[in-house]
Amino acid sequence: MTRYVLRRLAQGAVVLWAAFTVTFAILYLLPSDPVELMASGGGEQSVIDPALLAELRAEHGLDRPPLAQYLHALGGAARLDFGRSYQSDAPATSLILDVLPQTLQLTVAGLALSVLLGVGLAVASTYPRTRWLRHALAALPPLGVSLPVFWVGLMLVQVFSFQWRLFPAIGNDGLASLVLPAVALALPTSASIAQLLARSLRQTLAEPYIETARAKGTGRARVHFRHALRNASIPALTVLGVSVGQLLSGAVVTETVFSRVGLGRLTISAVNTQDIPVVMAVVVFSALVFVVVALAVDLLYPLVDPRISLRRAPVAA
Amino acid sequence: MAAVEHLQPGASHAAGAVIPAPGRRWPASAARPVWHALRRSPGLTLSVLVLLGVAAWVVAPGLFTSADPITGVPAERLQGPSAAHPFGTDQIGRDLFARVVHGAALSIQATVVAVVVGLAVGTFLGLLAGFLRGWVDDVVGRVVDVLLAIPGLLLSLALVTVLGFGSLKVAVAVGITSVAAFARVMRSEVLRVSASVYVEAARSSGARWHAVLGQHVLPNASGPVLALVALEFGAAILAISALSFLGYGAAPPAPEWGSLVSEGRNYLAAAWWLATFPGLVIVAVVLSANRVARALERRVED
Repeated sequence: MTRYVLRRLAQGAVVLWAAFTVTFAILYLLPSDPVELMASGGGEQSVIDPALLAELRAEHGLDRPPLAQYLHALGGAARLDFGRSYQSDAPATSLILDVLPQTLQLTVAGLALSVLLGVGLAVASTYPRTRWLRHALAALPPLGVSLPVFWVGLMLVQVFSFQWRLFPAIGNDGLASLVLPAVALALPTSASIAQLLARSLRQTLAEPYIETARAKGTGRARVHFRHALRNASIPALTVLGVSVGQLLSGAVVTETVFSRVGLGRLTISAVNTQDIPVVMAVVVFSALVFVVVALAVDLLYPLVDPRISLRRAPVAA
Repeated sequence: MAAVEHLQPGASHAAGAVIPAPGRRWPASAARPVWHALRRSPGLTLSVLVLLGVAAWVVAPGLFTSADPITGVPAERLQGPSAAHPFGTDQIGRDLFARVVHGAALSIQATVVAVVVGLAVGTFLGLLAGFLRGWVDDVVGRVVDVLLAIPGLLLSLALVTVLGFGSLKVAVAVGITSVAAFARVMRSEVLRVSASVYVEAARSSGARWHAVLGQHVLPNASGPVLALVALEFGAAILAISALSFLGYGAAPPAPEWGSLVSEGRNYLAAAWWLATFPGLVIVAVVLSANRVARALERRVED
């Protein structure tokens, strides 16, 4: 068990290192000059004093050869130091930590809601005996995955904030302001969970052991929830890492739509001003979240399906 | 330990239901079964019609609307949907339907560029990995893992940061994010086909590697890749419209679909149609692309 966890941690570290390297290559090695942008204040190109440019380059270490820059950045990243923001001069890491609680609230609420809606819809589209009802419900997930998050957000604001005045349209104070963003964020993700889980449920319900359970007189509900759902949830659990990534992407858009403070808004303003250290920190952070969730899911498997053991190699299936 | 191995995230299940299962060969005369499939499924027929309709908007927008998408009629500003203006008019009196129709060219061209970038780079990497195996396979595998570990939109945003703004740059940034999916499907297809008896027969009868590749591997691997093209087409429309909504697409007067929704954002209370209709068009096109993708997947599975 411990050996397994250690090995997975090492694998996760390799993925993180690779993610860092890819992002560094994109942000620092592609031909664009952050220093000139910094000096011109993000505005149009103007003639800038070369001495000032050289000074800025030296300050941010951009005058060194690429390999030295890379090793320096890698060493910093290992200590969670991604350099200082070009815009505000604050450390990129502390900028992220400042807004992280807001985004955490949103994504955790979004995740809870997507799992709830996704599982509910998957069960609802396989459980009823009525054929047309099952078909009608099964048509919802494909619709859900086709919805643009930003548009869903605006439609929710239009109906629930402007017409019915139930929830605030913008801001982040209190639970009421969290409802609409969380719903907008959760709808597409819940649809993809529902799609996957429903497909897996249908396959599981066709398995011989389900037939056996039914033959023994087990009730419909018990077969569905106790026998099928648990086994069917493995593929859905596997994509949880991807779902969380989807939610982080969605948070960028949702925070813009609802004018919420958070990681997404930080990212947008960093992209707009080409604030490379902040963009770098955000991307590596999102890869870290993915790796952690993937590891957590791996450790969860044995709880869901006791046939999976982390300790010993199983008998060949 | 081995039991967990095949269930690891980032391994074969990561994109879950959306990755087409490996299939058999793609029939040469596809026309008749296609016609049958269309007749059996009205939903699929409708989806194909929607996609053809949008393609017509791209090619000849003038056939569908005579209104000017860029200059408006100030006297007719902020009018609701009517017979004259099916989608209503915006704050400077431009016909929204005309803007959506003319915007199709921008949005769909960017989408096509994104899919082509993902398809070209992804299938090339997948082909290399599957054909050469060994360390090339390992390296490509790691690159794919990393591309999957970074959420798509954030990777696109990092690329946009250095590439700059504009329709084409956004398209490339979105295309890069779909490289991983194409590489993975192509690799598994190449492995599957390479292991088949007919490839072995071709090899043993002295066919050169490029002949094997061109005549056996590529044609037989194309089914699942084609289904993925349709799927990534829908995903690319969503990603591109999101980036264009955030303001990274074409500059303002250009009627890109995402930026049309974002223009409507300022008039949510006064003019509901401005944000609603362009969004509905996006949903219809993505839904249709996904429906076609599912039909293609099924053909491969049968």
